Parts: sequence; C-alpha cells; structure tokens
Amino acid sequence: MALIDGLYTEGEKIADTKAPNVPIERKWTQRKFDAALVNPANRRKLSVIIVGTGLAGGAAAATLGEAGYRVKSFCYQDSPRRAHSIAAQGGINAAKNYKEDGDSVFRLFYDTVKGGDYRARETNVYRLAEVSANIIDQCVAQGVPFAREYGGLLDNRSFGGVQVSRTFYARGQTGQQLLIGAYQALERQVAAGTVEMFSRHEMLELIVSDGPDGKRARGIIARDLVTGEIETHLADAVVLASGGYGNVFFLSTNAMGSNVTATWRAHRKGAYFANPCYTQIHPTCIPVSGDHQSKLTLMSESLRNDGRIWVPKRREDCDKDPRDIPEEDRDYYLERIYPAFGNLVPRDIASRQAKNVCDEGRGVGPMVGDFRRGVYLDFADAIARLGEDAVRAKYGNLFDMYAQITGENPYETPMRIYPAVHYTMGGLWVDYDLESSIPGLFVAGEANFSDHGANRLGASALMQGLADGYFVLPNTIRDYLAKGPFEELSEADAAVAEARKSVEDRTQKLLSINGERSVDSFHRELGNIMWEYCGMERTAEGLQKAIDLIRALRDEFWRNVRVLGAADTLNQSLEKAGRVADFLELGELMCIDALHRRESCGGHFRAESQTEDGEALRHDDEFAYVGAWEFTPGTAESGIDSGTMGPPVLHKEDLVYQAIELKQRSYK
Amino acid sequence: MKLTLKIWRQDGPNAKGDFVTYQVDDILPDMSFLEMLDVLNERLIAEGTEPIAFDSDCREGICGMCGLMISGYAHGPKQTTTCQLHMRSFSDGETITIEPWRADPFPVIRDLVVDRSAFDRIIASGGFISVNTGSAPEAHAAPVPKENADRAFVAAECIGCGACVAACPNASAMLFTAAKVTHLGELPQGQPERYSRVVSMLNQHDAEGFGGCTNIGECSAACPKGIPQDVISTLNADLRHALRTGR
Amino acid sequence: MATTTAPAKRRTRARDTTVFLKFLMATTGIVFIGYVLLHMYGNLKVFAGQEAFDSYAHHLRTFGEPILPYGGMLWIIRIVLVASILGHLYAAFTLWSRANGARSQRYAVKKAAKATLGSRTMRWGGVAILVFVVWHLIHFTIVKPAINADVSASAIAESPFTMMVASFQLWWMVAIYLLAMIALGLHLSHGTFSAQQTLGWTQTARGYQRARTIGYVVAAVVVVGFALPPLAILFGIVG
Ligand SMILES: Cc1cc2nc3c(=O)[nH]c(=O)nc-3n(C[C@H](O)[C@H](O)[C@H](O)COP(=O)(O)OP(=O)(O)OC[C@H]3O[C@@H](n4cnc5c(N)ncnc54)[C@H](O)[C@@H]3O)c2cc1C
Ligand code: HEM
Ligand code: FES
Repeated sequence: MALIDGLYTEGEKIADTKAPNVPIERKWTQRKFDAALVNPANRRKLSVIIVGTGLAGGAAAATLGEAGYRVKSFCYQDSPRRAHSIAAQGGINAAKNYKEDGDSVFRLFYDTVKGGDYRARETNVYRLAEVSANIIDQCVAQGVPFAREYGGLLDNRSFGGVQVSRTFYARGQTGQQLLIGAYQALERQVAAGTVEMFSRHEMLELIVSDGPDGKRARGIIARDLVTGEIETHLADAVVLASGGYGNVFFLSTNAMGSNVTATWRAHRKGAYFANPCYTQIHPTCIPVSGDHQSKLTLMSESLRNDGRIWVPKRREDCDKDPRDIPEEDRDYYLERIYPAFGNLVPRDIASRQAKNVCDEGRGVGPMVGDFRRGVYLDFADAIARLGEDAVRAKYGNLFDMYAQITGENPYETPMRIYPAVHYTMGGLWVDYDLESSIPGLFVAGEANFSDHGANRLGASALMQGLADGYFVLPNTIRDYLAKGPFEELSEADAAVAEARKSVEDRTQKLLSINGERSVDSFHRELGNIMWEYCGMERTAEGLQKAIDLIRALRDEFWRNVRVLGAADTLNQSLEKAGRVADFLELGELMCIDALHRRESCGGHFRAESQTEDGEALRHDDEFAYVGAWEFTPGTAESGIDSGTMGPPVLHKEDLVYQAIELKQRSYK
Repeated sequence: MKLTLKIWRQDGPNAKGDFVTYQVDDILPDMSFLEMLDVLNERLIAEGTEPIAFDSDCREGICGMCGLMISGYAHGPKQTTTCQLHMRSFSDGETITIEPWRADPFPVIRDLVVDRSAFDRIIASGGFISVNTGSAPEAHAAPVPKENADRAFVAAECIGCGACVAACPNASAMLFTAAKVTHLGELPQGQPERYSRVVSMLNQHDAEGFGGCTNIGECSAACPKGIPQDVISTLNADLRHALRTGR
Repeated sequence: MATTTAPAKRRTRARDTTVFLKFLMATTGIVFIGYVLLHMYGNLKVFAGQEAFDSYAHHLRTFGEPILPYGGMLWIIRIVLVASILGHLYAAFTLWSRANGARSQRYAVKKAAKATLGSRTMRWGGVAILVFVVWHLIHFTIVKPAINADVSASAIAESPFTMMVASFQLWWMVAIYLLAMIALGLHLSHGTFSAQQTLGWTQTARGYQRARTIGYVVAAVVVVGFALPPLAILFGIVG
C-alpha cells in the first residue's frame, strides 16, 4: 500500500459499538443494565491482572477485590501508595453543585468537551460527569480529608479555566489524599486475600492468546525488579492503568519511573494507540535551572486564581529586579489578550502565550540557550488585598516548595514560572467499556485516550482516574468476564513462551551491547528532540526532521547503549534502558501523529494552522476524529526486533456530537 | 562545589556491604541531592563501574520513595525529603556520609535501596475504613468540624518514606502508625473501627520487628511533613481505651 | 456491585503490644514520681530541726494506726515500690532489647536532631539510678553503716536526723548524692513528660508543650529539693 507522507497508511474506520443507542443521559444506566452479571460464587474463579496502582488501577483493584474477583495488582514502585497520582496537587472536579452556582452534570460534561477542544468522545465524557459526584461520596466515606468550611461541610474552589466552583481539594495534596484512600481500600483487600500485590514488578510484555474464539489478552510478563526474575502471570482479563507517557520528553512533571512500556508493549501486540501527539503542557511549573535537571516541578494551577502573570513590556527590563519595574512597564499579557478569562484561560493557551512572550525576548530569569525562559507570577496584589497570612493559608505549601527549589522567597519577589510537559491526553484506544482493540485488554486512567480530547481541564484527570477505577471499569469488565473463565493457559503455550522469550532476549540484548553512552544520555537527547519539534508548537518541517533524528537515535541506542550490571539483581540502568527503548519508538509515532494532524487543537498547536491573531485554528471538516494507530512490525533492518517498527496504520474514529454543538473555542 | 562522598555499597540483600569513597567536583548549589548522585552515576557508568542504586520517583517530595541517611540525618540536615534537599545546604569541600535507612524490618536490597513493605502490611492490618465502593452515603451527610478535619489532614500528610524509623534510636514506626490512627480516628467515618484499628495496627507494627516508642521525638524532627508527636499520644489514648473496653 | 469481604483479622489483643509495656512503665514511673516528691518533702524537714525531723520519721511508721500495725504504712509503700520497680524494669529491659533487635546494623554516622539529653540517657541513666537506689537502701535503711568516724552507730540508730547529718558532713557522700540527683533529674525531665505522652494526655500541640514543661519543672524541683539538705549540712547551715 502506498505510504502517506512516506510514513503511514490508512486503514478502516473504527467506531465504538458499546454505548447503547439511547439519549445520552440514559446511556450509562442502560449499559450497566445490559452488561452481563457474574454470579458472586463464580467471581472467585475469575482472575484479573491490573497493572498500575494509581487512582485508576488502585481503585479498580480494590473494587474488583471487594466484588470477589481474584485480582493481581502490579506497580514498579516499592509500594502501591507511591503511584504518580500522588503528585497531583490542585483538586478533583465533581458536579455536586454545592455552591449553587449553576453547575450540573451537563455543564461539567460541556466544559470538559469544550476544554478538550471537541476532540473527545461525547458519550464517555458524559458518563464521566455523571459518576463524578459518586467519587466524592466514596472518597469522603473512606476518610479522605478534603478541605472543609467552618460549618463542617466540604469546600470548593474554581480551577483551571471554568467559571463555577466545583473543585474539591485537600490543600495542595489532593492527589496524595485520594490515592491514599484508594491505597487503603486496596490494602484492605490484600488483607482479605482477594488482591495479591506485586510491587517492584514491571510489566514488560502482554500475553495475547490466539484461541478458537479469536485473540484475547490473557496475561503479562513481568520482571521482579528485586531479583530480576522474569515471571509469567496469567488471568482472564488484563487491565492497564499504567499512567501517562510524558517522560518521553525526559523533562516533565512525571515521576522518574513513569513510562510507556506497559501500553507500548500492548500496542505492539495489537492495541491501537490513539492521539499520541496530544500532550498537555502545564503553564505553572518551576523553570529549568540547568543541564543537571532531572525533572520539572509543577506548582498547582490554583495559583492562577490569585497570582497575576506578567512580563516586562520592554526587553531591556528583563534582567531588572521585578519589584523595580513600574506598573506601566509591565505587560499582564493574559489579562490583556483574554479580558474575560484573564489569568484563568485554559492551560494550552496560557502555556503557548508564555512561550510567545519568551520567544519575543521578554522572558525573565536565567538564560537557557538564547532565551530567558520564564514569566512572572506575582502575588503582590493578592498579598495587599488579602494579607500575607491569608495567602499563606491558601498557598503556603506551594510557596515553601518554590522557595526550597529555587532558593527565592515568593512572598517578596514574584515567582518565575514556565510551561512543562505534564499530561498526555493520548493513550491506548478504548471503547465505551474501556476495552481496547484487543479483547480482554482494558485500559483505565491516563493510560487510555478517552476523556480529555486534545486538552485536559484542570482537576479532571483525578476525576477520570477514579471514575474509571471505582465506577466504570468494575461495571463494564463484568460483561467480558461473564464469558469466562477462559481455557487454562500454561507456560508452554506458544503465546506465553513467545512473550517470555522476547522479554528475555531483549534483556540480554540490552546488557550485551556494552556501548559508549549511558541510557540517560539517550533519554535526554530524545527529550530535547521531542520538546523542540513536538512540544508546544509544531511544524511539518520540524516534525519531519524529528522523525529522522529519532530514527537515527534509536538506531544508535541499539548499537551503543551501555547498560552495566546483571539481569538477576536490582538493576536500575536496565529498568531505564527498557523504558527508553520504548520511548524511542513512541516518540516517532507521536511525531507521525502530530504531522498528520494539520490543524491546531487544544494542546496540539500547528504553526501552519492559526488565525490571523495567532489563535489555534481547528479544522473540524477534516480532523474531527480520533486518530487510532495500529502497529506494524518493521523489517529487521538493524537485526533487533525490538528496535524496529514499520509504517503504522491510521484508523479514524469519527467524532459525532449529538448532545452538544461543535463550536470554535473562544476565551476572549 | 567539590565534595567527598562516603557511600554505602552492597551488592544484594545477603551480601556484605561497605563504604566506598568518591570525590565529585563541579557540583552546583542548585542541584538537588539526587541530581548530584545522578551526576556521580553518569561518571561511574562512563568509567565502567555499576552506578549506585537508590530509590526515587516523584522527585517533588510527595511519593515518599526517596530516603537516605545523610551524614547522620534522615533526609539530610534540612527537614525535607532527600529529593527536595539541594546542594546549597552543604558547603564546598564537605565530606558527606550516605547510608541506607537502617532498621531490621527495612532490609537492604542493594546499595541505598531498602524494602519498606512492612509499612504496607501495617496499613493492611487495619489502616483503612471498611467501605465498599458504591456503598457510600452522600458526602454532606456527615459534616466534620473543621478542627477535626484539619488535624486529620495533618496526620494524613504522611508520605510513608520511613524517615521516622530511620531517625528513631529505637527504630520504631510509631509515628507512621500513629499518623494513620489519628487521621482516621479524627473523622466520624473512622469511628466504628477506631479501637479495633489501633489494636491490630499496633500488633502488626510489633510483629514486623520495629522497636517500641520512647517519646524521644527524633521522628517528628526528621519527618519531611513535620507530623507532630501528639499523634502518638492519640494512638496511646486510643489503645488505652481499647484496653479498658476489653479489646 | 460489591459483596462483603471483611478483612481476615488475626486475633489481636491490646495487652500484647509495646504500647502496653509503655503503660506499665508510665504508671510505675508515676508511682515513683509521687514517692520521690514525698520523700523530698520529708528530707526538707531537716531544716525544721532535729525534733521535727525525727518525729516526722516516727510518724511515717505510726501513720494509719491503729488500723495498720506499727510501720504498716511503710510496708505497704515498700511493697508498692518493689512491685513498681519490677514492672518498670521489666518493661524497660524488654523495650531496650527490642530496640536493639530492631537495628542490628548500626549507622556509621548518626546525629540527634532534636532529642534531649534526658531522652537519650533514659536507659543507662535508669541503671545508674538503680545502682544508686541499692546503695542508698544499704546506706540508710538496711545496714546503716557508720561511715562518719565522728558519729557512732548507736547514735545513728537512735536518730534519723543524726544519721543524715553524719553522712552529709562528708564531701564525697554529698558528691555521690548530687551525681545521683543529676541522673534522677535527667530521667525525670524526660520521664515525667514521657509518661503523660504515653498515657495519651498530650493530644494537642499545647498539651504536648505543657507536658514538656511539667517534666522540666518536676525535674528541677526534685533535684533542688533533694540537693538542698545535703548541701546545707555540708556547709554547716543545718546540724
Ligand atoms: C505533578 C502533577 C500534578 C497533577 N495535578 C492534577 C490535579 O490537580 N488534578 C487532576 O485532576 N489531575 C492532576 N494531574 C494528573 C493526574 O494526577 C494523573 O493523570 C492521574 O493521577 C493518573 O492516574 P493513573 O492512575 O492513570 O496513573 P498513575 O497514578 O501514574 O499510576 C501509574 C501506575 O502504573 C504503574 N506502572 C506504570 N508502568 C508500569 C509497568 N510497566 N509495570 C508495572 N506497573 C507500571 C505505576 O507503578 C503506577 O502504580 C497531575 C499530574 C501531575 C504529574
Ligand atoms: C526513682 C526511680 C525512677 C523513677 C522515678 C522513674 C521514672 C520514670 C518515668 C516517669 C518514666 C516514663 C514512662 C513513660 O515513658 O511512659 C520512666 C521511663 C523509663 N525508666 Fe524510669 N524511673 C526510675 C527508675 C528507673 C530505673 C532504676 C531504671 C533502670 C533501668 C529506669 C529505666 C527507665 C527506662 C528505660 C524508661 C523508658 C524511657 C522512656 O519511656 O522514654 N527507671 N521512668
Ligand atoms: S522521590 Fe518522591 S518524595 Fe522524594
């Protein structure tokens, strides 16, 4: 078949077939009713593997355990409590309308679709909004200490580009508190014997059996990170809740170990990867301070509620003490360009404008390359208005964090912020049941693509993770499990043996190359390529170049990486090497996806597609679809199976908007 | 900055470990402690020596994965996590001794990496509220007085890093256990299991081999979240109540 | 969608825990604090003169008569104290050996960030106090040796006041006592606070601080209160 742009081919269209054909408000109720039930006595005979113990995986494992299924739960950290959900600061949305400010399920649904720039699937988002209220009930019952008012009732704040107060929070540690709630529920099931926990285990391959009734995901190959043992785990269904892939950029707000391996391995086994280029760049991160930087730290976007963002009007002022720059020489650019939303515009807009002013040479802070990469986030007005104590009560921990990292006192001088990669809206393609294109493989949380379209609103990922884990997946997976238990597989089965062997070979290969360069150096270089060409602003030319660079880098990786140590012990270089190898493949797919999408939408800004005044320009006629990519293996150019990928096949899922009207987003 | 690092190296759980001394220069004050180790590790790899194994994940002070004994202090001289400690807290030319957390219930896995799964088992023994998904009442059904909510929050901030155990002269995990007992005990939702919880969690704590608490307070001083000693008092009071009511 | 799956719990009991041992330590410790304060009050009677002091000593033995026999109250106190010391020692040594077992591999470098001297010397300080108490009992209660060559054994046996004065006219006896009082003061400065914390009386930041203060006050009172009589005797203010 002829390659499009020399890079990919186009396959058949796909569509979700699981959402029932009833009005949107009734779809979820109907689906829960239609989904087959599993007799409580049979649940013990059905097993589920869940990779990931974040909000999505932890909640799912706990809930399925409570229901009586046999669950095996995996995470690469030493404890399920450390999944990266823990780092979320700002809050979680729910359509409780406790503030009586006109919120509703429909409004949350509407805001989320609009925030996602009309690139999300309507039915999934509606359900998300629908179950959001249950999440709060569940978490409160578990003892999650949300912020409360003096009357003892829950407090809410408005967050990240919406005009109602629907965000529940626990100081700046919302993710931590929610995760600890899910973790405790999970540990309770561990004690009850329904969940078996495998921490310090990394999934390295998916097992897909090809039986008489077609392909099914039936297990995983995991490495025990302590002993190095390669283990086979089999089950009736597999759930991936392995988080996002932002670390493909090397520098991101993700944890050091966040990886794409679980989903990428599934992708290589046939699961479609949807919208990989949709990356969210978060506007309020602490700027890079030097080459040694290992990760970036986000500061909650709630800071934008009271802080004002500005840069000097003139370049000459950029190295001055900000306190000496008079009001009339400051450019509060978000307030100027977007008077209605001001500093609260959605993340993609806030990030891009920060990049624009820095590109104009008006950035502040130290020079990084040829530019200063930072803008001021100023609390002087808020401190004058509310008093320092009130500001401390609201944001104290964030200010402390900033002071600790930068050594500057934000109560006295304005903070400096700059955008950083933060969230990946893309992920494995799933249907309404969260089932991927491989039967029996379910994907939840950030690892799937489903709810946020091209951009995610603040406080909605926690909501999605818990919605998927507590309420959606446990209801939909039973429809699949009701068909089980499936035939027993043994280690000797071809699919199992093949998966195992490929992991063993790959491990051996990585250890035997013994080249010149460390894994980190490859990762850093890949990150630079991605940030430069597939970051906040993308062009066809840049993406083409990036693809060539990534291919060359991948090729070098498999010839020249140096991984010391052995396979049969804790070996952190080996762990990293496997992850970076997968990022080197994902990076290419992201660039291909970005290149093929010749429109600007949400977090995806294509320089070729903008309005006269520089705003993102969508092309709904051409691109109102989900781009789901199918993997094809490459010809063994370099002789290393793991290093090769063929031209991917694009399957489009048309996005149909019935409940809301498709509109160009405007925050002006 | 130039530094001398004395770092504990141990090949595996049963191997005998020892200190190895490394010199590093061109360390910048803005680096975090772990970035300083990254720099050293890159050099070791270039020299063909296996890099030093240490745990970290979020690197923003919340996941609790990192944790080193730095010149005699858990997480170093500042009250923060190792990942949030910056080199500006040290002086040029200093010698820094780096050891893993030492406690028998936290066996060393390799170099500076220890096994803290005992904490998970303490939580599994009762550090939860038994409420199945879907059976929760409306969130506003039970208002929580702000003082209780705030105290619950302070206790709930624990990140499970293990610094309390590492710093405690008795290698006790009482602060960790008490933080959870207090978090759940301050809330109306936590009342039904309050006294059985403290008994089972303490039994697990002891069974893991942690020492008993003697109220020295090193734990709170090392705790990156500053969890106060008074949570231990609450645990004690709850156990006393459990004892009185025949548990 | 869930069925009931209550966690399978082992049978656990409150009294099997280390915190229970601490209750034992705290309650027995409080018995000692009470006793030590009374004892100190008694010692201070030396300032009221020989007669007052001796009749106070006599009173201790007739206290509770006729319900109790002569010396009965003293015996009750002794029994309570002996039981307490056994309990206290049992708890202390059990926790001590547990703590040793909990860190068999020591740190090469370990620094205290906040621990007070009192809290760090509880164990060896406690042993020192025990040694002292044994010596103290031999000296004043059981053997009553005539250490001071100037005073005869029979005079000592007759008047507790004489015994006390005779002992503390010797500088090295005073030194031993002062050292012991420093050990006791350190032990109590932490112990008094610690007992309150152990019993769960310090559940707020203020309560915690108050307990700390009480600890220091009790320690100071005991050290000063016990140190005054020997010093007064040594410097000839009494006797
Ligand atoms: C700094 C930061 C702040 C944020 N703030 C907010 C916020 O305020 N509000 C909001 O709504 N969202 C926020 N988000 C986004 C949100 O936190 C995440 O999207 C969400 O928590 C992801 O949850 P998850 O369960 O999908 O994955 P994670 O929590 O990332 O969990 C992934 C799990 O998968 C496991 N895993 C991964 N790969 C493997 C493998 N190969 N083998 C075995 N296990 C594996 C990991 O061990 C982990 O347990 C924030 C994100 C970041 C990074
Ligand atoms: C007059 C004698 C003594 C008094 C008044 C006394 C008092 C106390 C008190 C009040 C406590 C605090 C209990 C708690 O922590 O809850 C304590 C603790 C302790 N005592 Fe004693 N004690 C005395 C003698 C001894 C002796 C002889 C020993 C000998 C080993 C000893 C060893 C300890 C130890 C190890 C602790 C535990 C440390 C701690 O709790 O922090 N004590 N003591
Ligand atoms: S690495 Fe997460 S707390 Fe330090």
